[in-house]
Amino acid sequence: MPKRNDIHKILIIGSGPIVIGQACEFDYSGSQACKALKEEGYQVVLVNSNPATIMTDPEMADSTYIEPITPEFVKRIIEIEKPDSLLPTVGGQTALNTAMDLYHMGVLEKNGVKLIGANVEAIEKAEDRNLFKQAMIKIGADVPKSMIASNLEEAMSVLEEIKLPLIIRSAFTLGGSGGNIVYNREDYVDMVLNGIDESPISQVIVEESVLGWKEFELEVMRDTADNVVIVCSIENLDPMGVHTGDSITVAPQQTLTDREYQNLRDLSLKIIREIGVDTGGSNIQFAVNPEDGRVIVIEMNPRVSRSSALASKATGFPIAKIAAKLAVGYTLDEIRNDITRETPASFEPSIDYVVLKIPRFNFEKFPGADNRLGPQMKAVGEAMAIGRTFKESLQKAMRSLETDRYGLGSDGNQKIESKLRQLSADKLADTLEYYLVNPLADRIFYVKLALEHGWSPERIHEMCKIDPWFLYQMQELVESENEFKKHVKQNGITVDSISHMKELGFSDRQLAYLADCEALVTLFDSGAENQKAYAEKMNFAENQIREFRFANNIIPGYRLVDTCAGEFEAYTPYYYSAYDYDDESRKSGKKSVMILGGGPNRIGQGIEFDYCCCHASYALEEEGYESIMVNSNPETVSTDYDTSDKLYFEPLTLEDILHIYKKEQPEGVIVQFGGQTPLKLANHLLENGVNVLGTSPDSIDRAEDRERFSAVVRKLDLKQPENGIAFTKEDAFAIADRIGYPVLVRPSYVLGGRAMAIIYDKESLADYIENAVDLSPEHPVLVDDFLEEAIEVDVDALCDGDDVYVAAIMRHVELAGVHSGDSACVIPPVGIAPEMVELIEKQTSALAIELGVLGLINIQFAVKGSDLYVLEVNPRASRTVPFVSKAKGIPVAKIALKLMVGRKLKDFNLSERKELDYVCVKEAVLPFKKFPGVDTILTPEMKSTGEVMGIAATFNEAYYKASLAAGDHFPLEGTVFVSLNRASRDDIIDDIRKISAAGYSIAATSGTARYLKESGIECISVSKVDEGRPDILDLVKNGDIDVIFNTPAGVRSKQDSNSIRQVAVRYKIPIVTTVPAIKAAVDGMMHMKSDDTVNVKPIQQYHS
Amino acid sequence: MMKKAYLILEDGFELEGYSFGYEGESLGEIVFNTSMSGYQEILTDPSYSGQIVTMTYPMIGNYGVNEEDVESAGVQVAGLIVKEYCKHHSNYRSNKSLGDYLIENKIPAIEGVDSRKITTHIRDKGALRGGIFFSKENAIEKLKKFPLMAGLDLASRVSIKEKYDYSEAGEGPIIAAIDFGIKTNILRLLQESGFKVKVFPCNATIEEIGEVSGYFLSNGPGDPDAVKCGISLAKDIIKTGKPCFGICLGHQILSLALGGSTYKLKFGHRGGNQPVKNIKNGRVEITSQNHGFAVDFDSLKDNADIKITHINLNDNTVEGIEHCNLPIFSVQYHPESNPGPNDSRYLFDEFFSKVSGKK
Repeated sequence: MPKRNDIHKILIIGSGPIVIGQACEFDYSGSQACKALKEEGYQVVLVNSNPATIMTDPEMADSTYIEPITPEFVKRIIEIEKPDSLLPTVGGQTALNTAMDLYHMGVLEKNGVKLIGANVEAIEKAEDRNLFKQAMIKIGADVPKSMIASNLEEAMSVLEEIKLPLIIRSAFTLGGSGGNIVYNREDYVDMVLNGIDESPISQVIVEESVLGWKEFELEVMRDTADNVVIVCSIENLDPMGVHTGDSITVAPQQTLTDREYQNLRDLSLKIIREIGVDTGGSNIQFAVNPEDGRVIVIEMNPRVSRSSALASKATGFPIAKIAAKLAVGYTLDEIRNDITRETPASFEPSIDYVVLKIPRFNFEKFPGADNRLGPQMKAVGEAMAIGRTFKESLQKAMRSLETDRYGLGSDGNQKIESKLRQLSADKLADTLEYYLVNPLADRIFYVKLALEHGWSPERIHEMCKIDPWFLYQMQELVESENEFKKHVKQNGITVDSISHMKELGFSDRQLAYLADCEALVTLFDSGAENQKAYAEKMNFAENQIREFRFANNIIPGYRLVDTCAGEFEAYTPYYYSAYDYDDESRKSGKKSVMILGGGPNRIGQGIEFDYCCCHASYALEEEGYESIMVNSNPETVSTDYDTSDKLYFEPLTLEDILHIYKKEQPEGVIVQFGGQTPLKLANHLLENGVNVLGTSPDSIDRAEDRERFSAVVRKLDLKQPENGIAFTKEDAFAIADRIGYPVLVRPSYVLGGRAMAIIYDKESLADYIENAVDLSPEHPVLVDDFLEEAIEVDVDALCDGDDVYVAAIMRHVELAGVHSGDSACVIPPVGIAPEMVELIEKQTSALAIELGVLGLINIQFAVKGSDLYVLEVNPRASRTVPFVSKAKGIPVAKIALKLMVGRKLKDFNLSERKELDYVCVKEAVLPFKKFPGVDTILTPEMKSTGEVMGIAATFNEAYYKASLAAGDHFPLEGTVFVSLNRASRDDIIDDIRKISAAGYSIAATSGTARYLKESGIECISVSKVDEGRPDILDLVKNGDIDVIFNTPAGVRSKQDSNSIRQVAVRYKIPIVTTVPAIKAAVDGMMHMKSDDTVNVKPIQQYHS
Repeated sequence: MMKKAYLILEDGFELEGYSFGYEGESLGEIVFNTSMSGYQEILTDPSYSGQIVTMTYPMIGNYGVNEEDVESAGVQVAGLIVKEYCKHHSNYRSNKSLGDYLIENKIPAIEGVDSRKITTHIRDKGALRGGIFFSKENAIEKLKKFPLMAGLDLASRVSIKEKYDYSEAGEGPIIAAIDFGIKTNILRLLQESGFKVKVFPCNATIEEIGEVSGYFLSNGPGDPDAVKCGISLAKDIIKTGKPCFGICLGHQILSLALGGSTYKLKFGHRGGNQPVKNIKNGRVEITSQNHGFAVDFDSLKDNADIKITHINLNDNTVEGIEHCNLPIFSVQYHPESNPGPNDSRYLFDEFFSKVSGKK
């Protein structure tokens, strides 16, 4: 069937900020959908609050609304744009839920908007667990016994039918939020209440446990002619009980016979037809009993998902792009396979390699969080690896994770190993068993260690339930290691032994370690003072292995991801490495540049850097270069085979990068755009003869090395907070005494403010050094004067070596002390005096020129009174680059790339900068809801997973929009709890008066209440946490409070504020903690009350 | 330590690996199959007689072998080539490892070779003779002497020698299934459709078959044009005017009997992901395929009695035909799957309707 002519304008809803369970895979799917639909000649209207996405680039859609994804805002967009259809299936659960809300509000019908891709009935049938269960029973599929409860009483009667342990999930949530395994009655009650609370429809589902069963997923596509294909099968290495987003997964499935696999396939076809997903992709999950093969249907997502992004990257079949084309009426056989060109999309990819996805966790950022994996997703990112065999793929995946591991253990990283060596035999067995039974983030290493200790796969299987097949594979790796060690002892390293180990996926670092492990272990265990020697010896040995390999031509070849296992010729240069020694990569002869991506998402390194890498690639194309992308993150746009001229899906380690560099011989490598991952390799690349483009690694070092940087500051006669470097505890005390408390402390060379803290006294400083960091001469701690009450400012600027262009100055909304990634910020810098702005620009220019920046530079300043302090300089792409680009309508990253390949700033007509007549606010989105019990206070350590942008005529409106987009729900009536420090009272009093007059009730702690009453504002007085019950926490828990305004008063009330914050997060009550934010919130609430039409405008209009 | 073995092709292409099956030399036509699972069904499919199969999926042996997933009485391939053999298997139904199974059945197998390189070589050069060797001596000469697939009647070799009743009980119409190398699952599905199935050797005559309600022409190995007995039988079947259904080699033989011609494909279709369009309803079926020859489209296009019902969407080759006036139809692909998708099982029901007159 040809494409539909009855639709012309299509609204696409994005997924909003990056949160756990909903990451940049939806930028990938959304961008593909936008591109595909525009290609077909449709007008595309897009709404997404996340500025760090490629999909919100102005050229991706005809009208792009960076607005909150709430039904009210999308309704307004529909009224203005009058689209005739809505594609709700490429923006994750957020888009699907919003579309359903709009349907239920009657907005779609009233405005004549058709849902395409999935209809209302299908979405409800797939999402409502009860309807889904009925549908499964109807087609004869087996489902876990399950019952629904809307309150505790119902839940208790469920226990008579379903025995513990069991699973509780809440209905209509993403990332398995609210899902938990429950082992006893007491936990059951807690979990039921929590789950009902999490669910937008206040329901929990109690499910028979299939813990320990094998878990499979199938990616299914259907078109309007009812053709159905399976794009990919995925097997979870971690069995049922661990959320699939937290599991190591393998494609294709490994342990089912064809008959068993075809049974899953047949079921998938029946399910997608019964649920009635008209067109597009769906993901269906199954559990299979390893004892007898009984199959249970777990769930279905009637939309593209994290798994479909993975399946697309794993097979080369672009699910979201094809889903978009199917949604407008094409059938699968009418769409051609981009990769083979000749054959149609109506086929099932066959792959001749093994793909592994491995989750990335960030528990170290959330002390106190429960790090046990379960049905609720906790991973913040993932890496994917492609190898010819499972073993090769597993090793590559482990070294893609950016956790300082270079394979499945035996890599010289002694973090776990050295602890185990100190244990007695009994204790060791207990420890291994504990970590095998309890799925924590690094369980796979314990599996490997248990195998090293001679435990049988059968014994390990009993404890962890991982299918024996995977365990045998790992056992074979251990056997190879033992043979290699023996071989090296007898014969030294030989061509045959190294080649064999490389085929099994071992990295040079692992081989270096294995070749000399006894001496290395002895050195490591000989004391802290030898750590430096150990590190140097490891590096030296690794280099020796590499030199041996290069001398003997033991290098990998590159194979194609071609969707068809070699049956047809492939035209898309999408490669992975393998030690088959056959090479399919083709050199074009064009001058090329290689871009190093950011690897797996984690806190501090997210979609912003992928955005920059994509733009680098686009800019290279515009400049006539061939772009070569290297990355290991399957969620991203950068790993779409459409983005760059060539794609290498490879780990971002020195070894893997050098291989590609040798093969491609590009003019240079870009390390500036992928965040810390490529940046930390810059010096090593340089040592290996790699041409690093842009700002030189030496300049980067000058900016990052404290002492060298202080010299720069002195030379330019700038101000820096007083500071020092502590190599010992005593150093730290001395420096702190010299500059005076409070001090800001952090380990040197960090991104995302890892382990950064503000310290108010000597006792806390001692505690910090003992517990938070491994202080050593190798790893010094930086101690800075903490500028209290200062305003922080972020600057992104471009420099071509001669000229500097300040792209944006951003004022932080939170006061200094909150990590810039967690702080809201605003463009233009509202409230900063023009003279100060000028000074900031002047100093930015001076620093950029002095450091010889070629490309981007990001500077953090602090403004205190009339003084300007330089806090930090990063001569590279920063997290705020996409925000700045969206706010100003300037493709900052692209220009930076062009400067790096020789263009000049004057080529870009940036000089005549007009004043913005609108305001953009960036707000951070935090993951505390996923980590109950964790301290939720914002600190110098970054904790946010994503960001949103609010854009409007005034600061208050923009800030209010950003808060809404970040998930705050400000009610139109109810009770506002107010607890203000003395400094903020006079600033806010008029705002409190306004909301009181507007009909909100005011509640306040005693001090604030007294002050409000004196000012003539009626309010009720509420007890603080330690002033007797019921206190403020009780009120919040009882649902008596709707909004919290709390400006904490320094250290003393921190504890109190913290418990209020925790409860507010748990009960999803907006909590506003700064003066500007409170003013903006009040303004927004007033506006919403007086007039329910919201103001929206596409960024194309703002920029014009 | 496993024994070294060599894969050598007639054009001199050579790879070194390790034996994981029977330690004996084996020659045949080298083909590749892109199915990611189903190696046991492939090994036991008589259509692979005379062929050494390269599995493009790199890890084979994962789930061992079991008693049930067999398509004939024994292993039929001449040899097996894989990238990595999984010594350890895991599946609740498995009763032995793939290696042991191959050794028991005296089938050579080689692992540790670059299966993708073999695949792309065959893709570019076309199907070639090759062998698994334990000594490289005279390998090429041996290969050059080995008969080419074109012109080879392998069906007669694998067909049963004596007729037998596959199913005795039941009330259903009786059909004759002509065995050119029939897969067990075809017999199973014919029976499940409601037939009583009598199986005949491929050299049976229409008289020997006697009174039946319909005929089934099975899959099988080799060059269809060489199966003279089968073609002549098919002509006699057509004359009876009774329903007839053919699969794979059966489809080719039927086409030849109807006046069409066949040719050897460059490297054939072998896998479980081939898109076939059913022209009658416009739907796409994902099919299981295993054939090195195909029916020539042009040889049938002017025949007013014959309608093309199915085409392959990858290369537009003929995948199915039917007779406009007689209840005769056939498909090139394998609706019985095993291994592969079950999208096309409806064909068995259609055959039953044609024979029984019931819808």
